[in-house]
Amino acid sequence: MSKRIVKLMQGNEACVAGALAAGMKFFAGYPITPSTEIAEGSAEKLPEVGGKFIQMEDEIAGIAAAIGGSIAGFKSMTATSGPGFSLKQENIGYAALAEIPLVIVNVMRGGPSTGLPTSPGQGDVMQAMWGTHGDHPVIAISPQSVTEMYYETVRAFNLAEKYRTPVILMPDEVVGHMRERIEIPNADELEIFDRLKPVEGEDYIPYGVREGDLVPRMAGFGEGYRYHITGLFHDDMGFPTNSTVKAGVKINRLMAKITDNLEDLISYDEYLMDDAEIMIVAYGSTARTAKNAINKLRAEGIKVGMLRPITIWPYPVEATLARAKQVNKVLVVEHNLGQLMLEVERVVKSEAELHFLGRADGDVFVPSDIVKKVKEVL
Amino acid sequence: MGNQFELRLSGSGGQGLILAGIILAEAAINSGLNAIQTQSYGPEARGGASKAEVIISDAEIDFPKVQDLNLFLALTQDACDKYIKGINPNGIVVVDDSITLPADLKAGKIYSLPIISTATDKLGKGIVANIVAIGVLTELIDVLTREQVEGAVLARVPKGTIDLNRSALIEGYALVNN
Repeated sequence: MSKRIVKLMQGNEACVAGALAAGMKFFAGYPITPSTEIAEGSAEKLPEVGGKFIQMEDEIAGIAAAIGGSIAGFKSMTATSGPGFSLKQENIGYAALAEIPLVIVNVMRGGPSTGLPTSPGQGDVMQAMWGTHGDHPVIAISPQSVTEMYYETVRAFNLAEKYRTPVILMPDEVVGHMRERIEIPNADELEIFDRLKPVEGEDYIPYGVREGDLVPRMAGFGEGYRYHITGLFHDDMGFPTNSTVKAGVKINRLMAKITDNLEDLISYDEYLMDDAEIMIVAYGSTARTAKNAINKLRAEGIKVGMLRPITIWPYPVEATLARAKQVNKVLVVEHNLGQLMLEVERVVKSEAELHFLGRADGDVFVPSDIVKKVKEVL
Repeated sequence: MGNQFELRLSGSGGQGLILAGIILAEAAINSGLNAIQTQSYGPEARGGASKAEVIISDAEIDFPKVQDLNLFLALTQDACDKYIKGINPNGIVVVDDSITLPADLKAGKIYSLPIISTATDKLGKGIVANIVAIGVLTELIDVLTREQVEGAVLARVPKGTIDLNRSALIEGYALVNN
């Protein structure tokens, strides 16, 4: 095995490196702070691997072109921040219903609207779940470091391909822009999943699931198969239908991609939870702040630990509930005014006393803020 | 937590202080240490106060921003006024000699040096003020050597400017040692 390259890398750069390692061949988007380096890096690197980059006229066209790239058979990504994420919502729903593999990166800044362009935030967590209309499957991931930006981008592509669904990677601005040490894994250390193609010699049913498969097999446009793709509910051949029976089967199958595969989709990390009496729930860069605070509190003998969702949707319900039964108190810390807190509250119910620390003014928490809050709720 | 050294570099947007932070962090990584660099800046492409923060450590770094400021650099009055707070009473303050420091400033060592005029008058290129500043800081940060920093600078600057940047570093070293 060759030696890993160790270097200083920016989070957004690591996202591009991870995407290329996962097999990205197409990026379409519209640059926006604090995600711009992802577009820049893709523009620079994709031609080196025979891929294409295109800067579209706006964010809507960016995701639309990325969907087209994926339909043509190429692993595709787009990247944006809050205002662009809002514009992309309609097409996220389209990709979910038409089952188009796609990675959407949303480097979160302060919102709403154009908000605080250069400041960090975590205010798009509920938008990732409910931003596009209708019931639909959602996978959203929140990395906390440059190394995780790399690996979670690879995982985002793998999940998109495996489940034929859009996957949203949502670092906050701090993670997107910070630079830190990373050991780049060698290609043979990574597991890469490619979408399954139609079986040669078999009749191709574009939206029929073969026995033993998770999702329909996907023919790339231009590979010799002709079929129809629509954002309307459709039958197995891809043509629109108003049949309540077919629509019911379809939406249930789409949602089951998530509910039947929670173990595969959910990823979380725990820190000093085994003897904890207080559990902090935090994600992204806020979790790093919380870890620093936990070390300070532990030095004073306060038994506090952390559960850090890495996959934020689907939320790690079972892990949270198990720990909620163990601890007396749960403190959710996030860089918004209480979003994932609502999910934690739904899960924890009366198993533990719930507290919240949040801000949405563009500045980050410092560890002493969390230390103070924990002491308040003790 | 191991030994941690925390720096904040500040100035006007476009002066290259974020690049300076990247270069110092790269020098630390290349010498086997851990480092993290973050930044904050306004929406302007040029102008406005901007800062880069670098933490160098021999262990894992969790919270990525400065908590205990060991070294503060400012190249403009505006940035100095905005970002000097939090300096450790034993910390090092380095400012361009055009800057007036707060009267009640408590710091271990204070250097008021002609960083910008060295770049504009002596080297003839104001754009290398950040590299002069890196030269200054190299002499003040124990864990970094001139060789590591020079390597990191030359890896980041455009070809054709290597001699100019090397001269800027040397002028920076000299500002501290004279």
